[in-house]
Amino acid sequence: MHGYLWFIAKRALQMLAVIFCAISATFLVTHLSPIDPVEQVLGRLSSRANLSPEAIASTRAALSDLFGTGAPLHEQYVNFWLRLVRGDFGPSLMAFPTPAMDIVARAMPWTLGLLVSATLITFVIGNLLGALAGYNQNNRFFKLFGIIAMGIQPIPYYVVAFILLIIFGFLWPVLPISGGFAMDVTPGYNWPFISSVLQHAILPTLSVVIVGFGGWFIGMRALVSNVVNDDYVTYAELAGVDKSTIVGGYVIRNAMVPQLTALALALGGVFSGTVITEQVFNYPGLGSLLIDAVNYGDYSLVLAVSTVSITAVAVAIFTVDLLHPLLDPRVKAE
Amino acid sequence: MFAVFRDLVRYNAEFTIGLVLVVIIVAFSAASFFSPVDPSLIYMTIPDQPPSAQYWFGTNSRGQDMFWHLAAAFKNSLIFGLTVAVLSRIISIAVGLTSGYLGGWVDRVLMFINDIFVSVPIFPILVLFYFVLRNNMDSFTLALIMAGFGWPFDARLIRSVAVGLKHREFTRHAVFAGMSTPKVLLEEHLPYVMPIVFATFMNNMLWSIGLEVTLAVLGFTNINQPTIGTVLYWANSHSAMVVGTWWWIVIPVILIVMTFLGLFLLAVSMNEYIDPRSRLRRMGA
Repeated sequence: MHGYLWFIAKRALQMLAVIFCAISATFLVTHLSPIDPVEQVLGRLSSRANLSPEAIASTRAALSDLFGTGAPLHEQYVNFWLRLVRGDFGPSLMAFPTPAMDIVARAMPWTLGLLVSATLITFVIGNLLGALAGYNQNNRFFKLFGIIAMGIQPIPYYVVAFILLIIFGFLWPVLPISGGFAMDVTPGYNWPFISSVLQHAILPTLSVVIVGFGGWFIGMRALVSNVVNDDYVTYAELAGVDKSTIVGGYVIRNAMVPQLTALALALGGVFSGTVITEQVFNYPGLGSLLIDAVNYGDYSLVLAVSTVSITAVAVAIFTVDLLHPLLDPRVKAE
Repeated sequence: MFAVFRDLVRYNAEFTIGLVLVVIIVAFSAASFFSPVDPSLIYMTIPDQPPSAQYWFGTNSRGQDMFWHLAAAFKNSLIFGLTVAVLSRIISIAVGLTSGYLGGWVDRVLMFINDIFVSVPIFPILVLFYFVLRNNMDSFTLALIMAGFGWPFDARLIRSVAVGLKHREFTRHAVFAGMSTPKVLLEEHLPYVMPIVFATFMNNMLWSIGLEVTLAVLGFTNINQPTIGTVLYWANSHSAMVVGTWWWIVIPVILIVMTFLGLFLLAVSMNEYIDPRSRLRRMGA
């Protein structure tokens, strides 16, 4: 048990370090750049309306107060963390005066749902089929499957999402291609809304699954094809152990350990993938929000989305790491 | 070197397919050096012409001959990918070899930093860079930023090999003969990790070109420079699929798939070649 606690402590420290470094980088990028956020916002405001010089001056003062750009850098840095801990990123400019954090909180469940369901589907199916393919190496069906997986795997998220959009948007329009739910349903716990949400989630999820699937399949196949030659598998086969028990109980379980580590490492990339997928399918999640915010020049919202997503990915990786002892008793025993 | 190449072509169909695809794409992008028009100019030909004998890949709504435009776009993207790969390889070799050879607290600190870089979601950070740099963001700056994030996976791989090399006889000989640490790393250990460097080179190119496509499609790069991503960006902003100029989307997508598949197959087959177990299995020994 001592080993497990030590393991968790190490991982937790790492998670905090990731969050700390990434958010500090966010701060540095935004504050060391030659472009002043205050002037940027002012430019946006004054291009929309005719403001008097006095109004501009007072807005400038208010904005530099809001962003804290007047103070020296180290003071700004401390203030930045103080506000961050309280979850206060200031008001969003895109939807003034709603706090940026509220908008992020509204978009969060969509991205989370997409990310979690797509990752689970990809991981489970990819590993299961990969294990079967590695165990039955001469099966024609799995060989064909391997070639297809290899062909699809390297294609960027965007291209896959776009191909799906063309197929289901233009050639065979059976699935909704845009938005999170239909216009004519009321959000809440009612069946029309839930079914509409599920229908709208199919294509975004599918495109993340298609891209991610191949990697797990190929990785698992390679791992299992090494494991099946190990002595204990041969021994189990000679002892007449049921085939499904060998694959499910021995082979997969042993090959899963590196795959779980790989899952933790892949989450950041999957998140980047969902951002672009959301944009293609106009899905109301963090990705679409981030892109809208950048296009609008909404400083607080961009900062809010990036810090929240960095933290969320780090926490997700930590959660995956916590699952390790379920598969690998060595982690617990040490 | 030549024998390795011959073996790969003979025993590994994936390598051959990958090589053919990459050679086609490289030849196509090299054609842009002989381009009769400046690919960044617009309205140089009749817009919206379908593929024909005169315009092989058609022309787009911005009056660009798609053949030359795409050639330049692929050239720029490949150069971009190469830049990122070379720069990030340098970092990963330096970190991997030092960390593996020195061990101890240097190793622990470097690998801790390494793990941080691995788990940071890079996309929001790149978007943030674009957000603050805006028009100052050219493709070299982007390449530098991506190289700064593209090394950790491979540094870990290189480290794992370097840890093994440290205890080999020849390392001890070199040290006793008075070779300095940098010299041991560069002259003795570097050749052993070169196969990994080559294999990860391709993967890194895939990664960086893929990210560039993603950013450019959203308009988050210099959209006036033709790259794979900006071609798709302009096609989208002119609603190419809706207006019926399908060749503006379909031809680039086919070429992108060829590029990615080619590079991926090369990376996979090299990885397999490095592992003697799978190499022997393939050769039927």
